[in-house]
Amino acid sequence: MARKPDLRRFPGFLPLTLLCIFLLYAPLIIVAIYSFNNSASITIWGGVSLRWYEDVFWGPESDKFKQAAINSFVIAVAAATTATVIATMAATAMLRSGSFRGKGASFALINLPLMVPEIVTAVATLIFFSAIGFSTGLLTILVAHIVFCIPFAYLPIAARMQGIEEVYEQAAQDLYATRWQAFRLILLPLMTPGILSGFLLAFIISLDDFIITNFVKGAGVETLPTAIFGAVKQGIKPNIMAISTLLLAVSILFVTLSYFAGRIGQNRK
Amino acid sequence: MAESQGAIAVDIDNVSKLYGNFTALSAVKLAIQDNEFFTLLGPSGCGKTTLLRCIAGFEDISQGAIRLYGDNIADLPPNHRPVNTVFQQYALFPHMDVTRNVMFGLLRLGRSEAEARARAGEVLELVRLSQFADRMPAQLSGGQQQRVALARALAPGPKLLLLDEPLSALDLKLRQAVRLELQQIQHETGITFIFVTHDQEEALTMSDRIAVISDGEVQQVGSARDIYEEPDNKFVADFIGETNLIDVSVAEVAGDKALCTLPGGAQFTCPAARGAHSGQGHLSVRPERVSLADPAGALLTGTVTRMIYLGTDMNVDVRLSDDEIVTARLQNSSRTRIPAMGATVGLEFEEGAARLLVD
Repeated sequence: MARKPDLRRFPGFLPLTLLCIFLLYAPLIIVAIYSFNNSASITIWGGVSLRWYEDVFWGPESDKFKQAAINSFVIAVAAATTATVIATMAATAMLRSGSFRGKGASFALINLPLMVPEIVTAVATLIFFSAIGFSTGLLTILVAHIVFCIPFAYLPIAARMQGIEEVYEQAAQDLYATRWQAFRLILLPLMTPGILSGFLLAFIISLDDFIITNFVKGAGVETLPTAIFGAVKQGIKPNIMAISTLLLAVSILFVTLSYFAGRIGQNRK
Repeated sequence: MAESQGAIAVDIDNVSKLYGNFTALSAVKLAIQDNEFFTLLGPSGCGKTTLLRCIAGFEDISQGAIRLYGDNIADLPPNHRPVNTVFQQYALFPHMDVTRNVMFGLLRLGRSEAEARARAGEVLELVRLSQFADRMPAQLSGGQQQRVALARALAPGPKLLLLDEPLSALDLKLRQAVRLELQQIQHETGITFIFVTHDQEEALTMSDRIAVISDGEVQQVGSARDIYEEPDNKFVADFIGETNLIDVSVAEVAGDKALCTLPGGAQFTCPAARGAHSGQGHLSVRPERVSLADPAGALLTGTVTRMIYLGTDMNVDVRLSDDEIVTARLQNSSRTRIPAMGATVGLEFEEGAARLLVD
């Protein structure tokens, strides 16, 4: 058997790797470190403190950020839940209904939003809402988020469903289960890890979104990302670093959860 | 037994199944008797599994009727057919323990939790798995999973049990043990079994009757002895066990007897399969029915080209004058005369050992 070429032997592999890792993570690490800075400057280190975290929770701008955080959280939960239900139904229809005309096109259509530049979706969504006279506000953000979360929820759900052989549902039907019972008692429990993973991914995508939200939000309605952007426009204060670090922590937590949820039960066959 | 006049459990009446232009089943007719262990035997892709799936309700039939004790079930969905299946891959529900797997069908039929649990206990007893009732399927060996699958299918008390190559994933020793067990369980429960396999030994040892299937058509139906000793056609003779197919010219067929001319010119009268006709044909003779003889006056003569040692037996290949090879299986005993390689030998077989086939 031919040995795989060992990538580590290529000249310059190590420095290139380190450079990439540095470029990816250095800004995040600097922000995280400076969020604990006991100084009003964003560049001069003045010792360790939690004053900017205090500022986020109890400072003069705390009400604005709190409201934005609540909006973000409510929208993320509602959008991820709805998108997960729709994605589960779509996956069931596409993977468990045999072949139908336009199956290939359906796959492409549901995943296309991942490829469309977000700014295009944002502009199009705004034009669409104003065309149908849907006044902007929390609800427009929610509708927009549901729509772009669907493909993100769909991917892990469909991947999971593809891994479950149809013979389980056939066995259930053979044992007198209706199609609905076969779905509810067999397919759905087996899909739970995929569904959970899809939900968490959709949640984090919604929580994170700036471009579309910024276009379709009404005046005075802010989510965390738009609130941070608004604050940065008036100059970067260290409290922005604290709030960004908090958001980063939540993101990392959810992505990690999503990863482990997707792996649950993968070993049992 | 097979020939007794029991009620017809399953009547497969002219069933065809088409996938586009491909004919998976072609006008299949079978009458399976009550309490029968019936096997569908054929090579992979012959349509036997398709037929099973049509009976279970996972495939629609293109034409014909499937009657279960007189009721046409061909248009019912699988959950409305009193038929249960043991799947090839078992398909145990991985998120339920053994007991809940076995209870599944009973609960769907509306039995109470307590009733279903009691019945599951009984069936697990039958397949000797009581001590594993609380295990998850992933914690069981292949043989145990197979028995859970059997228990799960038996628990609702189906009128008909379908088994789709349930032994193919087991190793040889286990397979032989499970064969006996399956037969025993079939006798104890009195449920009609339809068993699908490509393994002729499995079919011959377990079945009351066997249907040999090839290319979506039933080639022959009969007991193990019928299809082994009285094959109707070339496919059946060749597929079941080993056989010599000797080219003959047939002078005439009268009733169930045929007058043939063997290669080398000897005249020979033998039984003929139904539908055999005069002209060119094939004679089937099992190797163990061929014996060596003095070349002078023998039915066939040729030279020994190969000898294969098989332990209890020895296969001797003899090349005839027309280059056909005929194999004789000799018992390995001190009394057997083993010929030398390249020797000229004669071959003999009794009239009843040969059979003129339909090509």
